[in-house]
Amino acid sequence: MPRTTPHLMLSGLEALHVTPQTNFVNIGERTNVTGSRKFLRLIQAGDFNAAVEIAREQVLGGAQIIDVNMDEGMIDGVEAMTTFLNLIAAEPDIARVPVMIDSSKWEIIEAGLKVVQGKCVVNSISLKEGEAEFIATAKKIRRYGSAVVVMAFDEKGQADTLDRRIEICKRSYDILVNEVQFPPQDIIFDPNIFPVATGMEEHKTNAVDFFKATAWIRKNLPYANVSGGVSNVSFSFRGNNRVREAMHAAFLYHGIQHGMNLGIVNPTLLEVYDEIPKDLLEYVEDVLLNRRPDATERLLDFAEGVKGNSTKTAKEEATWRQEPLQHRITHALIKGIDAYIIEDVEAARLEVDRPIEVIEGHLMNGMNVVGDLFGEGKMFLPQVVKSARVMKKAVAYLQPFIHAEKNEVAPSAGKVLMATVKGDVHDIGKNIVSVVLACNNFEIIDLGVMVPPEKIIETARQEQVDVIGLSGLITPSLDEMIYVAQEMKRQEVKIPLLIGGATTSKAHTAVKIAPEGLDAIIHVNDASKAVNVLSQLLNEKTGPKYKLQIREDYDSFRDKFLDRTSKKSYLSLPAARENKLQLNWENFTPVVPQHLGTHTINDMDLELLLPYIDWSPFFRSWDLHGKFPNILTDVVVGSQARELFDDAQALLETIIKEQWLTAKARFGLFPANSVDDDIEVYADSERNTVLAKWITLRQQLQKRAGEPNLALADFIVPKAHNITDYMGCFCVTTGFGTDARAKAFEAANDDYNSIMLKALADRLAEAFAEYLHQQVRTHFWGYSPEENLDNDALIGEQYKGIRPAPGYPACPDHLEKKTLWKLLDVEETIGVQLTDSLAMWPAASVSGYYFGHPEARYFGLGKIKDDQLLDYCSRRVLPEAEGRKWLNPNLT
Amino acid sequence: MSDITAQLQERILVLDGAMGTMIQAYGFEEEDYRGTQFKDHHCPVKGNNDMLSITQPQAIKDIHRSYLEAGADIIETNTFSSTSIGMADYAMEDAVYDLNYAAAKIAREAADEFTTANPKQPRFVAGSIGPTNKTASMSPDVNDPGYRAITFDALVAAYAEQVEGLVAGGVDILLVETVFDTLNAKAALFAIESLKQEKGWNHPVMISGTITDASGRTLSGQTVEAFLVSIAHLPLLSVGFNCALGADQLYPYVKRLDAIAPFCVSAHPNAGLPNAFGAYDQSPEEMLALLEPYLKDAVVNIIGGCCGTTPAHIEKIAQAAKNFTPRNIKINTHA
Repeated sequence: MPRTTPHLMLSGLEALHVTPQTNFVNIGERTNVTGSRKFLRLIQAGDFNAAVEIAREQVLGGAQIIDVNMDEGMIDGVEAMTTFLNLIAAEPDIARVPVMIDSSKWEIIEAGLKVVQGKCVVNSISLKEGEAEFIATAKKIRRYGSAVVVMAFDEKGQADTLDRRIEICKRSYDILVNEVQFPPQDIIFDPNIFPVATGMEEHKTNAVDFFKATAWIRKNLPYANVSGGVSNVSFSFRGNNRVREAMHAAFLYHGIQHGMNLGIVNPTLLEVYDEIPKDLLEYVEDVLLNRRPDATERLLDFAEGVKGNSTKTAKEEATWRQEPLQHRITHALIKGIDAYIIEDVEAARLEVDRPIEVIEGHLMNGMNVVGDLFGEGKMFLPQVVKSARVMKKAVAYLQPFIHAEKNEVAPSAGKVLMATVKGDVHDIGKNIVSVVLACNNFEIIDLGVMVPPEKIIETARQEQVDVIGLSGLITPSLDEMIYVAQEMKRQEVKIPLLIGGATTSKAHTAVKIAPEGLDAIIHVNDASKAVNVLSQLLNEKTGPKYKLQIREDYDSFRDKFLDRTSKKSYLSLPAARENKLQLNWENFTPVVPQHLGTHTINDMDLELLLPYIDWSPFFRSWDLHGKFPNILTDVVVGSQARELFDDAQALLETIIKEQWLTAKARFGLFPANSVDDDIEVYADSERNTVLAKWITLRQQLQKRAGEPNLALADFIVPKAHNITDYMGCFCVTTGFGTDARAKAFEAANDDYNSIMLKALADRLAEAFAEYLHQQVRTHFWGYSPEENLDNDALIGEQYKGIRPAPGYPACPDHLEKKTLWKLLDVEETIGVQLTDSLAMWPAASVSGYYFGHPEARYFGLGKIKDDQLLDYCSRRVLPEAEGRKWLNPNLT
Repeated sequence: MSDITAQLQERILVLDGAMGTMIQAYGFEEEDYRGTQFKDHHCPVKGNNDMLSITQPQAIKDIHRSYLEAGADIIETNTFSSTSIGMADYAMEDAVYDLNYAAAKIAREAADEFTTANPKQPRFVAGSIGPTNKTASMSPDVNDPGYRAITFDALVAAYAEQVEGLVAGGVDILLVETVFDTLNAKAALFAIESLKQEKGWNHPVMISGTITDASGRTLSGQTVEAFLVSIAHLPLLSVGFNCALGADQLYPYVKRLDAIAPFCVSAHPNAGLPNAFGAYDQSPEEMLALLEPYLKDAVVNIIGGCCGTTPAHIEKIAQAAKNFTPRNIKINTHA
């Protein structure tokens, strides 16, 4: 181009410039039958629709070019290439990037060139079959308007030394530029990335030679580019992903330093260079850069340790395994090591008269130490849960022996019924409490999730439990809890009721549940407190006094609370509407979404979500409080947080590698306008057909002067202005697959990993929501195409626009989810369902709206008055009683 | 054709206006279209404007003359649909070579008359190569996105046949225009380049895309930049946009081309957007006013009109263009 230096330019629906300032262009490799077994399987089965989704995921995941390869003996390559490229041409979000047509057969390459409108890259040609054919092929490629990858390969074979690489690349370049008039900027050299650390002397310089050849090409062959398939380099470390990831990252780092400007990279096998542990990096770079003769041996030795993650335990093991039996069992319980527990319990069983004594003695001794340490804050929840895993394993082993001796009943500190209430599916917190209580010798009857009140009461009666514990996360669960309490009173079930879960509070328990006048009602939101509360409650001596104390405490808390709330003043609904947020619509031009309408992602690559995970809530769910990543170095909980984090990473890796979870999303962007406090969603920009109506609620609390009373409708252009505005909504899930795996863990007495899995699924769902929101801002809606925020900035909500979720503070009305489900056909398309209480199933799901206005912000609705409730009921066409039920937590 | 490149260095060249709009004024009926040559053709042909180069050559030549009179430097042959694909609608695939040859010859004669009369203003003939009525990278069937109504090979064959006729008839330039699917244009370029290599021709090639609406993209979804990158592999005389939009709506996209194109830039917009009856209402004065930024900002080397423009429009444009310098560009003519 006349106004810039010549550089590689490619195009799909959009142009891709590879300028000297471009750091690195990554080429997606998964639409390649030789590299991806999954893709091969789909093409062989003729499932092109699913194959297209792989391309979409790659592009959504950041691939700037997609490599398409159909070279497989059993496939008609011409046919497959044509069909696949035709299909992706019809998908604007895929077709926006250029295609690399990858084949060793010219007829397949040519078939590809004939169906792509943009400027492609042919991968590849070489001097292998001689100059004449090289020239003829290059000329044809030129006529099709494509760039080309040139392999360092000639009549004598593949270049495997620096000199040969230089020789072949130079010769290829001269022929192309001088004889074919091929623009040098359209040439991409692939100077062969070969494995290192193979043990063969001649392979030691493979990486160095590539780097040097790259630097030479960039210096001596003007405007030419350099690319390569990076994963080749770590071939000899297959099966050891940690080392491979480090090698890829280090190779890429040095490759880019030497001028490599494109590359085929598997993003799932790539570490961040700066995050490679220093020791590992040193060994890897010794090998890549051939810095010392024994580099390979040293890396191999080190790799062994890295692989098993067992470098340090070996020594410790030697010492604790020498200790006396009780010490070993206690140590195993404290450290959560289950490798030897059966062996040790068996030894203990042979020492005692009756197998029950192992539980009462050895194991309880150990668990008492765990309990003490936990009480003193020297152990943390995740460790306790791991201890429980060991305990459960031991008990499971002893069960048959105990059963063999009749009349044996294991001693129990009390019998606790645990349940997540009807309509709710969230059970992480409940499971943690169950495990902690079980560790402390409580017998747990866990009824699971979505438990109807009748079943809770019936089971409580039959099993003669001492306590009922109810859990729930979504706001409608609060009413379910009230209902259970009422039923317990009516049916005279006189036992304490424990309330827990994220939306529960002491206030709600005191004000709304406790007046039901039961035996005792206590809000316990902290697993570590559950043991203490239950011990006091169930102790015959302290119990009655403790219950009285609680009652007094809750009564006074309630009185103060009611006193305080009654002093707040509220505006009438008309007055609140008068004080709405007045945005300047005259100077506002809504950004028209690039991709209006509905979209589905059927199998999102979880790997791509990892950078979007907000880890702080993960630690909170384990009662470890602090901000990530600082929490990892926290003086009090740091080491525990690190251990938990490592375990999470390990499980996460398995989840991804073995594809335990399926992530799906459904979302849509629509023309919209506000009409008073409603938002109408239209079928098209003509705005004649109303597809859906969102009913937003307005803050009524009296604000300071100048502060508006907000409703979400304020962020959308009013219909009266006759400007078409836009909004969107979405549902993402990463929960498919969780249940089966969690149950398998539980069946193996591994509650720790069961809880971990669910917690990770939740994090992935949130990460998916974050990721998708970013994609919507930068691409699908595209109002912030230039946005470039890191994860901290995303967590800090520094982006433009918001994605509030029905059931959360800005829009606490769960009924909106029904509208959303209908508008997006959520259940039909991705299978996420709504329960009676409008919780989403699978639990690891997130849904919400998209508002794009730069002034849009999150807020809390707070309490509303009855006038808005009545107005709401008439807008929603709902009997008042039902409206009251759904909005109950927000009514004054 | 070093001639035209020399002219382009010095001044803004003016392309003619609409052919169809002018033919409409003649009010030809079925028998006029048939003439003597196609008297017994087996299907109706009214509306096949391209065949008039054979059956009503005088009318076509007069239209060319009126544009040349108005000051056009480049006139387009009456061959927008003259490929076997376009002519299939009238079952006249066999006549394709003759249509192109006849149309090129008429335009050549008209242009030469004016060049002879005033050698200081040489006139050029551009062979008009339309997009055909089929798309190679889009499916006409929304339920079958992988389907294609035409292949690249079929397009190459059809375009090659057209180009042979045009060159034999004496065109100076080949103008691939109204590109709504870049893959069709690439097939045209492929055909042209193959013939050039084979026959040793050296005709400059102009290419003109169509931005269909305010999305700023071609019908096949490409941005201005992507369109340019996709067709820039050959040494073109010019790249530009025409049709679909009026001068004011088209301006931002031409401006973008100006910023990035390594070739001359052309623009021949419509006389506004069509009214409810499909006619164009923009007067020559109105259109000129909207074209002023093109001239003032020096974003074009070649300017003209598409649908709805008449010799009156071109006259205004030609007069105005004299007063402005062309977009600054080093023209690379090596083929």
